[in-house]
Amino acid sequence: MNATLSAIIIALVQVVLFVFLAPLLMGVIRQVRARIEGRVGVGIWQPWRDVRKLLAKNPVRAEDSSWMLRAGPVALMVSSLLLCVLLPLVGTIPFPHIPSDLFVIVSVMLIGVVALALVGLDGGTAFGGMGSSRHMTVAALVEPTLLLAVYALSIPAGTSAISVIVETRLFSPEVIISPVSVLALVALSIAIMAETGRLPVDNPGTHLELTMLHEAMTLEASGRDLAWLEVGSWLKLAALLGLVSNLVAPWGVVTDFTLLGLAIGVVAIAVKVLVLGVLLSAGEIFLAKVRLFQVPELLAGSFALAFLAVTASYLVA
Amino acid sequence: MTGIAAGLLLQLGLGALAVLSALALAPALRSLVGGIFGTLIAVTGFLTGLAALLGATGGLVIPIALPMDPLLLAPDRLGGLFMLIVSGVGILVSLYSMSSTRGPDASRTAWVAMPVFLVGMQLVPAATDSVSFLLAWEIMTLGSTVLLFADHARRSTVASAGIWYSAMSQLSFFFILAGFAVLATASGGTSFTDLQAIEPGSGAANVAFVLFVLGFGGKAELVPLHVWVPRVLPEAPSHVSAAMSGAMVKIGVYGALLVCVRLMPDGPAWWGIAIMLVGGASALYGILQASVSSDLKVLLAYSTTENMGLVFLGLGASMLLRGYDATAAADAALVAALLLAISHAAFKSTLFLGAGAIIHATGERNLDRLGGLGARMPVTAAAFGIASLGAAAIPITSGFVAEWMLLQSLIHGGRLDGAVVSISASVAMPLAVAVIALTAGLALLTFVKAYGIAFLARPRSAPAADAREVPPLMQLALVLGALSILALGLLPGPIAAVVATTFSTDPTGAVQAVGLGGVSLPGIGATLDPVMLVILSALVAIPVFVSIIVSAHRHPARTIDLPWGGGGSRARPRMQYTATSYAEPLVRVFDDVLKPTRDVQVTHVAESRYLVERVRVEQRVSDVIETRLYRPVLNLFQRYGIVVRHIANGSIHRYLSYSFVALLIVLIVVSL
Repeated sequence: MNATLSAIIIALVQVVLFVFLAPLLMGVIRQVRARIEGRVGVGIWQPWRDVRKLLAKNPVRAEDSSWMLRAGPVALMVSSLLLCVLLPLVGTIPFPHIPSDLFVIVSVMLIGVVALALVGLDGGTAFGGMGSSRHMTVAALVEPTLLLAVYALSIPAGTSAISVIVETRLFSPEVIISPVSVLALVALSIAIMAETGRLPVDNPGTHLELTMLHEAMTLEASGRDLAWLEVGSWLKLAALLGLVSNLVAPWGVVTDFTLLGLAIGVVAIAVKVLVLGVLLSAGEIFLAKVRLFQVPELLAGSFALAFLAVTASYLVA
Repeated sequence: MTGIAAGLLLQLGLGALAVLSALALAPALRSLVGGIFGTLIAVTGFLTGLAALLGATGGLVIPIALPMDPLLLAPDRLGGLFMLIVSGVGILVSLYSMSSTRGPDASRTAWVAMPVFLVGMQLVPAATDSVSFLLAWEIMTLGSTVLLFADHARRSTVASAGIWYSAMSQLSFFFILAGFAVLATASGGTSFTDLQAIEPGSGAANVAFVLFVLGFGGKAELVPLHVWVPRVLPEAPSHVSAAMSGAMVKIGVYGALLVCVRLMPDGPAWWGIAIMLVGGASALYGILQASVSSDLKVLLAYSTTENMGLVFLGLGASMLLRGYDATAAADAALVAALLLAISHAAFKSTLFLGAGAIIHATGERNLDRLGGLGARMPVTAAAFGIASLGAAAIPITSGFVAEWMLLQSLIHGGRLDGAVVSISASVAMPLAVAVIALTAGLALLTFVKAYGIAFLARPRSAPAADAREVPPLMQLALVLGALSILALGLLPGPIAAVVATTFSTDPTGAVQAVGLGGVSLPGIGATLDPVMLVILSALVAIPVFVSIIVSAHRHPARTIDLPWGGGGSRARPRMQYTATSYAEPLVRVFDDVLKPTRDVQVTHVAESRYLVERVRVEQRVSDVIETRLYRPVLNLFQRYGIVVRHIANGSIHRYLSYSFVALLIVLIVVSL
């Protein structure tokens, strides 16, 4: 089959699958946490019900807020959807002229980061500004780890196109367990935890404003604005977990387009993301949120790992 | 006469006319006519530069009375590119200044200096020998210095900034003069073709290289010669700061390229490493200072240091990689450095003009007293927003393309055909990527802060609440600037392909245009097509927009005073986060580098020590390099001055006895 057409089909499947999967992933993460903590939990479909409820509400906006409160959530949502298109989640067949370049993907993600930070400022309250300021500080400090991890991953494949990187790992699995790759993956995972506001950087379940990062920025949003912010963030988490899972275990990903292969790819990525979600949730039970000013130390550690990964790949290999 | 010669001559003529008209005209007409002449000069320069960039040859010969070769102004492709950059900024600035200048900014002196500055900047890249280069350089410096002093009578800070600027630019000039002198002695000629004969590894070349880096680095605002920047750019009138930061600084970059790419290519490896180090340090230091600054223009000034640091990082990487024969990556790094310079010219001049518009409307440049301008000044807000995206290197702006290309060249530079090129490259490349990444991250925070605090939320002061949109010509300049940023970001392919011709006769191996204005780096196998990215995001956005329209139809939005207010129903604008509080976590994280001084004063209520009436917090982040490096030297000079004042106390008897002693000494020395 024509490569462009199969790329379009795979992208379409990825977007639809992840829009469905992301709220489910959140539901699973929350449910697992509830069960481990000895609570009954609200069930894995609750995020879906929340989104439906939010979309059917009249948004309430502050008088002095600008168009940013309307546009920002949409920008976050679109940037997350673009992540789902560009990342090789179900298949590794890229669009012509849009190779799934990791630097481009990081920048697309940053659009969402900036949109969220501006939404936080637009409400004109102290908490929104506080969340926005902290969010951007963490984002700024995560960036070196993120790009160096990308660099380290790109070396064995000779390119920063993520689809090629995943294919290299699929066809020569010894790359995955090489020390360079393990270091890079650990660094990347820490960066992703920080970027998506998970423990130990941010506490997604907090109700105390002073400890909030992500939640503080969404305090002033309501109705569909809030729905886009929430779904956008969930999608981002799901897509990035999908990326990590395909880097660790690339099996099942579609490299040559067939319908059976597509079905397998869909099931494989769904299972991988959900399993990773369960592991994440179980792991978070044992973590407490670190102080904001200890986050840089954590990120410096992850940066050191990423730097080691890159230099090691030059000097050892 | 060739087209280039005609263009250069026309510029000189227009410049002379502009000077005369500024002297002759009444104040009411001066700005209008001066702006029109400035625009004409810049448009002529733009066309001349474009012709030179596309390969037209020819030049203007200026015979001089001194016993030496006549001066020849004949820009090559690289010179043409920089004429294009400088005059592009010139067009924006001239349009803007027609209605922005008032009071002392529109004085006769200022309007005489403006065309001198504009023409001077265009002549530097056109020069083909060191004498005309230095001459044009001084014309440019003179024009900018006079423009800077425009408002010295009302504000004392201007005078101090002017002295710093004069001292630092003469220091730069001294280094460049010395550099050319060393090269001229070694090669026996002053024209650039003579200087090219120098062996790059020789002692003279090494000395000249260091002198040139100091000289051009000072003009390009690199650390530690950047100390004039945070004083001068904020104090100058905004259109002058835009021209200085957008255009003049690029002349420093041009100088560095002239030395490292044209006069002495293939230098030793330490040249590349030295330039990378200086560039990396400037990028980090600049953006760190910018991110914690609350003064909008100081923020932009430091961010210029950051951007020029990245340009030099790219240049240094390209020199280092070329030394190891990683030609594809080296070419890509050089194209990236040039694209960074172009894109910086576009977004930084727009940002400075935007800052000028804010000052025009509110009289404030302190971000802590701004806010809510987005609703009051929509055009300025849109232009400033797009320029901020460019400065933060977010797709689909010009800054993103340039940074992407730089990163691509760096990650592919360490290896050649699968083999590691050298140990130094395998340490330098990851470090450079890390520096760029941290810089990009902090730039993101800086410009979210600048835009978010100034334009979003509620006004933090009365002038901000009363702001009105600026006059149409200023809006036009801002819109043109914003459009150029988007155009450069959306169509990088053709632009990069032309830019690559400035240093390579056959650039198709390094850079090609593909798809809908996309850029491809065939040597290292990377492609970017921003237009396709836009189309793709439009496609995925369709379902979101459909659901918004459906939802908005059924559930219209309600606007109320303040939904949550964080629990309090009467949250006042003062309770919002300010620029200072926004950067507070960062100040803490980088406490050791920034060394902020904090002063907290608590006033208690008279009746009880347990009740606080008022808390006054003052935090000042000073420039560590200035206080640690320059201050001691200046203090030394000052002490020397005090000592010397005792010797020369004004007494005529003492001076006569000095002359007598001096005469005696001379006689003794002669008789020996």
